[in-house]
Amino acid sequence: MAKSKMSKAKRRRIAVWSTFLVVALSIAMPLASYSVHWLGMTAVAQDAKAVENPRSGFWKEIRQGTSGYSAVTGAEANVLMQSTANDWRNFKESPLLSKLPWVIVGMAVLLLLYHVLHGKNKLDSGVRSGRVVPRWSYFERLVHWVTAISFIALSITGISMLLGKKLLIPLLGKAGFAGWASVSISVHNVIGPIFTVGIVLMIVMWIWHNFPTMTDLRWFAKGGGLFTKNHPSAGRMNGGEKVWFWLLATLGVAVCISGLVLVAPMYPQIQIPGVELVRSMMQQASMIHVIAGVIWTAIALGHIYIGTAGTEGAFEGMSTGYVSEEWARQHHDLWYEKMARKGKIIDVGEARGPNPGYGHQQPRSSASSTS
Amino acid sequence: MARMKFLCDADRCIECNGCVTACKNEHEVPWGVNRRRVVTLDDGQLGEKSISVACMHCTDAPCQAVCPVDCFYTTDDGVVLHDKDLCIGCGYCFYACPFGAPQYPQQTSFGARGKMDKCTFCAGGPDESMSQAEYEKYGRNRIAEGSLPLCAEMCATKALIAGDGDEVADIYRERVLRRGGRPQTWGWETAYEG
Repeated sequence: MAKSKMSKAKRRRIAVWSTFLVVALSIAMPLASYSVHWLGMTAVAQDAKAVENPRSGFWKEIRQGTSGYSAVTGAEANVLMQSTANDWRNFKESPLLSKLPWVIVGMAVLLLLYHVLHGKNKLDSGVRSGRVVPRWSYFERLVHWVTAISFIALSITGISMLLGKKLLIPLLGKAGFAGWASVSISVHNVIGPIFTVGIVLMIVMWIWHNFPTMTDLRWFAKGGGLFTKNHPSAGRMNGGEKVWFWLLATLGVAVCISGLVLVAPMYPQIQIPGVELVRSMMQQASMIHVIAGVIWTAIALGHIYIGTAGTEGAFEGMSTGYVSEEWARQHHDLWYEKMARKGKIIDVGEARGPNPGYGHQQPRSSASSTS
Repeated sequence: MARMKFLCDADRCIECNGCVTACKNEHEVPWGVNRRRVVTLDDGQLGEKSISVACMHCTDAPCQAVCPVDCFYTTDDGVVLHDKDLCIGCGYCFYACPFGAPQYPQQTSFGARGKMDKCTFCAGGPDESMSQAEYEKYGRNRIAEGSLPLCAEMCATKALIAGDGDEVADIYRERVLRRGGRPQTWGWETAYEG
């Protein structure tokens, strides 16, 4: 008994070591050709080089984008061939880019399906107490709406530029589309920088509310209440809102920076020390800009849906700055409790509210309670 | 049908920039734009070489492939031209061209590029041939006049040759045969060696 146990362990040891040896050798053996170099056997190769046509080496150099001297000044005028230009052209014609816009269509279909099958996320209590909680300050709403309207304008013009050749030229004709494309570029050039300021302000304003916590993990574990009856607990920002914020702080920043690179024409007018605005940089910026932009647009559809048609009572938060007590308790219970402790809850049931914006919301709330 | 080609004989080019100047003058090229340029590699060293480069009038042109407003077209002579009335100055052709041919003349407000300008093989544009409108947008249409591109016509050492690809190839082949094929026996390498 003991003898067989010993041999079993030994067998296992042999099996492990031989496997290790086979793996190690199969990694090491292909590298053996380097020994030609280590052992100083390069003389043969050098002899071959001596009879090589010097002209062939010269053309090889050009193909690798070697720069020379040119009396003509300008960015990269001294480079004969810029090979990554062809990579960029291949990217523009790649299936990746031609299939990418379907992400937006797919998102729209998903949202439509959700709305048809699940319906609006309604407030549990049909009646409104008339008490409201301040949620977004005037400045926050201003920044949000300037950025949001800019985003929509930039998405529409950007997608026009991306798909115009395929979809809009057959519709508008070449001259018609050229006119629209020209407008699109101007919109991008003028609104892009305003949008960038909006994104930066948003990040500065809201980063403090968006660091992930354990509550968010539990929120995600419950699927954010998308498919369940009970809404999981959340602070001022729930897990989904935090993900949207971090997308904005990453994808958004990538889109803004790459966009600024693309605005600069071939004569760098934005002089950043240590940064040379060369074609390869602009090619990369273009790729980042289009991929990030399209994905962001698709995700933004989700944000727009949740903020408007998807959730009862969410839109008034961003339009008036106040949300109803019921909405706050249902969607952001932890935040509501905090606000209640601080005594921030305002009763506008009878009297004219502090915010005239809320006043005109009243008929709608009474209409929803009767329905 | 002729297939138009440029060819620059690197063993003949002496970097005089005559082609650049001729082109700028002939077409009244906008300020800051050079449709043709001469690049010298290994400048000042043994075996330096100069090449004059402009639009290559590619068969499968990258500029044409990426243009979002589809403003490029290839003529029957194989010359790649573009319509400045359609061009929106987006810069895509500039990103896609390995030879740096597309350039943008003015910088308008907000960093917008002007209409792209590039070598036309002296074949003008889509406007009526030899009209004032064509001249102002694209420069002289020498092909319509029955002449070849001025840069090549002007070249003092006949390094730059332009015209029907078959004939250009014949001229170059004859030169190479006369030189004895190997670069060691003729040209800069011989002149400067030893």
